[in-house]
Amino acid sequence: MIRYAYLVSIAIMLIGVFGMVRARNLVSLVTCLSVAQSGSYVLLVAIGFQRGAPAPVFGSPASAPTTKVTDPLVQAMALTDVVVSATVTALLLALTIQVHRTHGTIDPDELTSLRG
Amino acid sequence: MSGGRGRLALFGVGGAAMAVLFALAVFALPDPGGDQHPYRDRAVPAAVSHATANVVSSVNFDLRAMDTLGEEAILFASVLGVAALARPAAGEGGRRRVPREQVLDAVRATALVFFPVTLVVGLDVVLHGALTPGGGFQGGVILGTGIHLIYMAGGYRALLRVRPLELFEQGEALGMGAFAAAGVAALLVGGSFLGNVVPTGRLGTLTSSGTVELLSIAVGIEVASAVVVLLAAFLTQLLELGGVPEADQ
Repeated sequence: MIRYAYLVSIAIMLIGVFGMVRARNLVSLVTCLSVAQSGSYVLLVAIGFQRGAPAPVFGSPASAPTTKVTDPLVQAMALTDVVVSATVTALLLALTIQVHRTHGTIDPDELTSLRG
Repeated sequence: MSGGRGRLALFGVGGAAMAVLFALAVFALPDPGGDQHPYRDRAVPAAVSHATANVVSSVNFDLRAMDTLGEEAILFASVLGVAALARPAAGEGGRRRVPREQVLDAVRATALVFFPVTLVVGLDVVLHGALTPGGGFQGGVILGTGIHLIYMAGGYRALLRVRPLELFEQGEALGMGAFAAAGVAALLVGGSFLGNVVPTGRLGTLTSSGTVELLSIAVGIEVASAVVVLLAAFLTQLLELGGVPEADQ
């Protein structure tokens, strides 16, 4: 019964969203968004896991080709996920700089008017 | 703050509902750790037939290379967006200055020792992407951040000297263009976009895996350049355009 691995992923996501709701600063809001996104890495890797199976890497230093390995597809998707998370974080941080420039604050509660 | 409390209540309701629905969904899923992986059963023989030892790289650069093209385009567009958003605003350019920092000797020595090591590790991870865990994305990040050890060692002035930004901006476009060009070339030669048309060699050797290796190098160039351009945009903001407290200068 290691189904709790799935529950860990939703817990990480909800912790991240909770942090976003509580954030008093756009930088910590962006950080919490990437915490929320990390839940999906756990979910993907948990789906691909197989008890006792090694990583899907073969060749002379490693093992001979066999299909008894962990699922490579979800691992590749986790990699895509990491890249997308990094680009989203970078873009949001650049927007935070822009907000600070135009509004002089990065507290989301003070960003109420539609000034630009 | 009343707005904060309302938001928290909304999150409480939504988060609880999401947790319950997700838990219900999870208990209808097969247990993790089982041996039912239909995608794996298809991906592993496909990777081995193209002599690619690292099946994850094969999925990224061969079986699902089209998705990686999209992923690279996302990275490219977002770096473009950051560069556009973080560029000096009108009137900000006049205040450009390059600060002088003092670097501890221990930090300087450590960074100088690890600079070549990090670059070699980064190149190794990119070039062996088809053989061992790693590939263009992971190695590119190591290379891109490794260059910033010069910033640790010699401060911002040293970084400006060893990091011709224009070169990395071109490198990013080159990596993206090379990936797309490889796809079109495969279309012309083999009849399928991003198909594996290069001789795949013997499993486990450096020259194996055909286009996986080449696309991994293209991605490595793009990711390393993207990291440098991204960090340059933020460093320019922080160090040249103000925002640094007096005590740090």
